[in-house]
Amino acid sequence: MSSPPLLRGAPARTDTTGLDAHGPDTAEPTGIAGRIREHIVSMCAGPEGGHLGGSMSLVEILSVLYFRVMRHDPRFPGLPERDVLLLSKGHGGIALFATLCEAGYFPAAALDEYARPGSHFMAHPHPEIPGVEIASGSLGHGLALGVGYALANRLDGSDRRCFVVMGDGELQEGSVWEAASVASAHRLNGLTAIVDRNGLQITGATETVHPLEPLADRWRAFGWRVLEADGHDAEALTRVLTLPAAPQAPTVVIAHTVKGRGVPFVEGQARSHYARLSGRQHLRALNAVRASTGGDRR
Amino acid sequence: MTTAPAPAPARSSREVYRDAVAKLLPDEPRLVVLDSDTGLFGGVDFGSAADRYLNLGIAEHTLMGAAAGLAREGRIPLVNTMAAFASSRAVEAVKIDIAMGNLPVLIAATHSGVSAGHLGPTHHALEDLAVMRALPHMTVVVPGDAAGTEELLRQALALDGPVYLRLGRGATPDLPAGPPLRLGKAQQLRTGTDITLAACGPYPVLAALEAADLLEGEGITANVLHLHTVKPLDTSALLSSLGVGDTVITVEEHWRSGGFGSAVAEALSAVRPVRVHRMALPDEFVPVAGSQRYLIERGGISARTIAEQARKSVESHRGGTR
Repeated sequence: MSSPPLLRGAPARTDTTGLDAHGPDTAEPTGIAGRIREHIVSMCAGPEGGHLGGSMSLVEILSVLYFRVMRHDPRFPGLPERDVLLLSKGHGGIALFATLCEAGYFPAAALDEYARPGSHFMAHPHPEIPGVEIASGSLGHGLALGVGYALANRLDGSDRRCFVVMGDGELQEGSVWEAASVASAHRLNGLTAIVDRNGLQITGATETVHPLEPLADRWRAFGWRVLEADGHDAEALTRVLTLPAAPQAPTVVIAHTVKGRGVPFVEGQARSHYARLSGRQHLRALNAVRASTGGDRR
Repeated sequence: MTTAPAPAPARSSREVYRDAVAKLLPDEPRLVVLDSDTGLFGGVDFGSAADRYLNLGIAEHTLMGAAAGLAREGRIPLVNTMAAFASSRAVEAVKIDIAMGNLPVLIAATHSGVSAGHLGPTHHALEDLAVMRALPHMTVVVPGDAAGTEELLRQALALDGPVYLRLGRGATPDLPAGPPLRLGKAQQLRTGTDITLAACGPYPVLAALEAADLLEGEGITANVLHLHTVKPLDTSALLSSLGVGDTVITVEEHWRSGGFGSAVAEALSAVRPVRVHRMALPDEFVPVAGSQRYLIERGGISARTIAEQARKSVESHRGGTR
């Protein structure tokens, strides 16, 4: 099986000056988020289905990062001075694909390849896809990689930022706290973790299965600056994600979200974790997403 | 167990590695030394490169993940931990974060095999070759002595992908001089026509050489191949070394399953029916204290046992062809 040709051949850019936060920042963010949600539900309506709930909860986090905060250029995914996003909660892969698509990394037709035999668009991200930095899916890996990126940036004397997006259930992995501890020990203030705090994991509420609270205190005790925001409020997310770095500590943003956000018949339910939407459910979900974004159909 | 004593005093491969790294670091700006509180670098002065020595503490998963992050940003991390922790505790990060990305990370794994001796089975690594050679992209190197450690380290650093460098703890004798070491190529230390002894690791190679001496007195001549690179394996050297009986005896400081001997058996059996006798440590956790050499001999690997196996193989072949 060959890879889809549209993924190939991103040219190396030699002009590395003047990279700013990219994207149609004049674009109305709800419209972008709505289009990302449409892509997600459509991928979940494919023959394999997809991780619906934890992707829908991520939408504003990713759209704010890619359209308002990060310095990046979709024409040159490997640009040395780009800010880096590591999606540690790899089961949010389809949200990342949809966001990268809207940001211009590849055309929307690429998303039709999702889960097809031979496609790099699997349920979890793979770096063969332009804009995807690391393979993820086994939870508890991203923060350690973020430590490495942040160490490299510091050695380079660079102000580049590294964002690691984790699920809240993922914080049950011990390796997260090992990396959190190393990050604060080395005062990696170029590192920002974002926790998608949707409160649910496959078998139910995090607080029932394996409690995480008091979560903010736990991060503080590990030496991190803790910020909190409504994870579906683009303005609030933008505010916390554009604050100056703390002088000596990494930052974690606890983003309070709703699993399955935007699809009323699964919103806030653990069963939204993985879904294969029927034709009728697909239409209902698309209509709900479009209704909530004022009927924006691009 | 020992062959004719080598002139140089015994040296520890991990200390030779450490000294080589201290020399290389200032001149190789891409190198970053990532430590996990091993203590190996205590007192080392990295000079102008001191900022590229980073001790992450006792955190082996993060060690591997951070190495991957650094490598993705253009650095060449040298990761330092014990073999047991690299190949067991941290192996998922090695697999997903390092090997999958084919990243230029060199994992310097000390205390391999039973070289941790009396530290006990928590610190022994007798599965590491099986684990590491199973990973796509991984190059697996086992220096046979201190001199070979520095040479193979330099060659390994020229590779693009990940490398597992298997080092010991204490001093081991130098191997006798042989042809130049080339990563990925077997080093032929003795030539014969009756049987091939293929060995990996300091004491296994020494034992094989001494076994060849014993056999020679009985009119049996052995090829002795030193295979310091387990992956990629030099299959063609093994094939061309085969004597009239098409028999190889492999010798290694590893559990019998999945290690060097298994790699040899897999490679040769794909080409033609070859007998591979795997001499390795038995399928058990070592429950006693003892030096590296003691524990290897306790596991049934010595010049005497290798010679016995060779004798049996040659006799059975000669008997079978009469």
